[in-house]
Amino acid sequence: MTDSPTPVPPAAQVAPPEQTIDGMVVAPATFGEDSTVAAGLEVAVRSQWDYARRRFLRHRLAMIGFVGLVIIFGAGIFANWVAPYRPTDIDLNNILHAPAVAGQHYFGTDDTGRDYLSRVIYGIRTSLEVGVTVAFVSSIVGLIIGAIAGYYGGLIDNLLMRLTDLVLTLPALAVLLTAAALLGQGSQWRLTFILAGFFWTGIARVVRGVFLSLREKEYVEAAKASGAGDARIMFRHILPNTLGPIVVNATISVAAAIITEAALSFLGFGVNPLTTPSLGGLLSSAQANPQQWWLTIFPGLTIVLITLCVNFLGDGLRDALDPSQRRVRA
Amino acid sequence: MLTYIARRILYSIPVLFLSSFLSFVFVSYAGNPLGNLRSNPRIPANTLRLVAERNHLNDPVVLRYFYWLKDFVTDKMGKSLLTFQPIWPDVHRTILHTAQVVLIAECLAIILGVAVGIFSAIRQYSVFDYTFTSLSFLGYAMPTFWLGLLLQILFVDIYLKWHVRIFYTSGLNNIGQGTWSLDRLQHIALPVVTLCVVSFALYSRYMRASMLDVINSDYVRTARAKGVAEWRVVTRHVVRNALIPVVTVAALNLGGLLGGAIVTETIFTLDGFGYYFIQSLQNSDFYAVMAYLVVTSVIIILFNLIADVVYGYLDPRIRYD
Amino acid sequence: MPEPLLAVKDLVVEFKTEDGVVHAVDGITYDVFPGETLGIVGESGSGKSVGTLALLGLIPQPPGRIVSGTATFQGRDLLKLKRRQLRELRGEEVAMVFQDPMTSLNPVLKVGYQLGEAVKTHHPKESDEKIRARVLELLRLVGVPEPETRFDQYPHEFSGGMRQRAMIAMSIANNPSLLIADEPTTALDVTIQAQVLEVLKRVQAETNAATIMITHDLGIVAELCDRVLVMYGGKIVEAGDVHTIFQKPRHPYTIGLMDSLPKLTEDEEWLRPIPGSPPSLINRPSGCAFHPRCFLSQGRLRCHDEVPELRSAEGPGHVAACHFSEELAGRASKFAEPAAATGGVA
Repeated sequence: MTDSPTPVPPAAQVAPPEQTIDGMVVAPATFGEDSTVAAGLEVAVRSQWDYARRRFLRHRLAMIGFVGLVIIFGAGIFANWVAPYRPTDIDLNNILHAPAVAGQHYFGTDDTGRDYLSRVIYGIRTSLEVGVTVAFVSSIVGLIIGAIAGYYGGLIDNLLMRLTDLVLTLPALAVLLTAAALLGQGSQWRLTFILAGFFWTGIARVVRGVFLSLREKEYVEAAKASGAGDARIMFRHILPNTLGPIVVNATISVAAAIITEAALSFLGFGVNPLTTPSLGGLLSSAQANPQQWWLTIFPGLTIVLITLCVNFLGDGLRDALDPSQRRVRA
Repeated sequence: MLTYIARRILYSIPVLFLSSFLSFVFVSYAGNPLGNLRSNPRIPANTLRLVAERNHLNDPVVLRYFYWLKDFVTDKMGKSLLTFQPIWPDVHRTILHTAQVVLIAECLAIILGVAVGIFSAIRQYSVFDYTFTSLSFLGYAMPTFWLGLLLQILFVDIYLKWHVRIFYTSGLNNIGQGTWSLDRLQHIALPVVTLCVVSFALYSRYMRASMLDVINSDYVRTARAKGVAEWRVVTRHVVRNALIPVVTVAALNLGGLLGGAIVTETIFTLDGFGYYFIQSLQNSDFYAVMAYLVVTSVIIILFNLIADVVYGYLDPRIRYD
Repeated sequence: MPEPLLAVKDLVVEFKTEDGVVHAVDGITYDVFPGETLGIVGESGSGKSVGTLALLGLIPQPPGRIVSGTATFQGRDLLKLKRRQLRELRGEEVAMVFQDPMTSLNPVLKVGYQLGEAVKTHHPKESDEKIRARVLELLRLVGVPEPETRFDQYPHEFSGGMRQRAMIAMSIANNPSLLIADEPTTALDVTIQAQVLEVLKRVQAETNAATIMITHDLGIVAELCDRVLVMYGGKIVEAGDVHTIFQKPRHPYTIGLMDSLPKLTEDEEWLRPIPGSPPSLINRPSGCAFHPRCFLSQGRLRCHDEVPELRSAEGPGHVAACHFSEELAGRASKFAEPAAATGGVA
């Protein structure tokens, strides 16, 4: 290309119609670098998932939370292999030993000589089982109820929301305690379902909100106009938008469920302490021996760590999956 | 506004009916009201039958509910099935104790939380901000009962080592001391701190987030463009707007806590409403349990209403008609 | 030639973001003379708003940064002023009207109070009655009906047009010598736009303030402005008086803008948008920022290699930043009237 152009006759108009009919026209010529990025025309197109992944990875706290949870929950899942002792192994010769490397009692022993580390690990497993199941079940229930309420609106919505409100105005812990006392009878799974019966309201509300707002959007109208049935619209079009908030909510539910189970067990209305170690139950028995600090510190610390990690993870997930929210650090 | 409040209250009544009825049915079927009495060998079968009849325990559930409701409303919350003592005096006494602890804790938490939230937002990314944000994260993650236990251990330890009672770790009073005595304060100090820490974490986080939201809004930019001094921008424009969501959260939180900080009261063996509930539950004292559930529901509904009213008062865009 | 009221020279503003450094304003130079209305035209992201926000120190300084440049106003450099001095000017000598009146007014404070605040901040010793009287007078000036009732109302009780009028009233409360209006009608309906523009014209006549009108709407420019700056990619690409710019544009971008407007008095078969998209301000094209979309460039290397400077084009005060703007000489845009000077177009 030379520098002096072929003279453009003054009468020549702007790009003749043919060039612009098609709307976007690429640059009239390329300069060697083909990349439009180099020409500054566009920032490289990134997919939705790319963005989510990048922001999530950049969120160091979320990574720490994730790693922490993997470690802790991993210990719980593989308790049989990780725990040095069985949690029910009584050893009356070794009562109330402080943590020591000797004998592998890293967390010490409790008042009947059971290895505390093992009991904590099995407690984590209990928490994990309860927490994840509650989150899972309540998410599904909440999703269904929220979707129906939000999509159909009107009377159905009203009824379902009254139901949700009813559950919400009940004093949660008290009702849970009552239910646990009367129905739970120490069974871990009954307890899980009792808990799930309360946790669905949060997700239902969020899902309903999404459905209500998206129901009016144009692409739903378009889908309806092309004959799509209700279920199809709900699944293909609206549902994907709820996944972000649901994931975030579910993550937080896990932590909330774990703490609630711990509280119930602490008060004596949770899982049966004789058969199933629970972090809350451990704390309860620790009260009898306030001088043996390890009995209180380790279970509680575990709960705190789980909650912290879940909070970090939840924040990171919210950041990544819900970009509309103006994010404030921590 | 008044019509709105009246309407809300009107709506709440059927809700209360429904929830108390459901609770009653639940409690009646799942539990055995005379269980404890029955298992006591000293009580003859005749007495049991009399008790059952007097309390309509053989009637269908719905009927029983109305009997209970009648007693509850007319006879000062009725009498306990277990002790045959009236329930109201216990409720009255324990609720006042809980109120004392909770109100002190919440006032502290609000004042400190709001202040810290404001300063964290103004000095974002500073050392102050990072410190307190991390602390509040920690406080948020810490389950109340663990904190309570730790404090308990700490002060038991101090007493055993140095024979000095700074704070008591259980009970409300030593005998003969009054409601506002130093002794009482020493007893409730630890529970107050326990409750305060978690609430403080909540409020400071909310306040900070709300402040940051408002500080970057257009109307704050307008105020600056008018030449208003920065401190006045903060106090007059930013804080006023930022407080709104925090106040709402505080009202709701307070409502929940007034239902008895169950776990905290259990740890410190305080004679509060929550502890009363746990004991009733442990003793299968069902009418007491019902009383607790109804009272707590009323409190929660009331505070929900308060939260909405306050919000409507502070934000002129919300007008209930 | 009178002294310029505001003389901006080589202003450079950048922002640090997650994706890189955004060069929002890349060396702009212009003057504003007393009493005139200067229009700044450009697409979103051309740097037109940032340029003026920087003058008043309203850019949050992280992540933003005023890299270099001067802005001389009444003998002082605005960019070097201390905070307190800048505050004294804001709302008093230099005032701004923002784009979205719903979010630009504090929702929990009464409108009368907010307008009064504009006065009270700079005249703290005035009595409350006097301030109230002044606010009512301002509301009347901008055409808000029943100002006494409106005084005690909240922003959400005003309609969109009324809110913007209140904002305008607030900005002229202290008779500023420079008024900066940042897309004041963009958020409003078309019919309301016309009313607000009327108010602006009236206010200008009353106060004789110089006005910088930032907009992407050429119709407004034609209606209100004396001179025009055209901005693209953070730089000024053309400047001149309004007639010349409309009738004899000398920068391909300006021409593209003019051509993309449908002209009501003629039949046009095709709409002619400017091809391509606005440049990323992080990775700007080398050389002339417009060259990837330019019809005049035709791939000539100079456009790719060298940043064009503003050079004289047709007539006094008319400059354009294009290497080949001479080739556009003699071209009349479709808005050229056979018998020159008309007040406005469209």
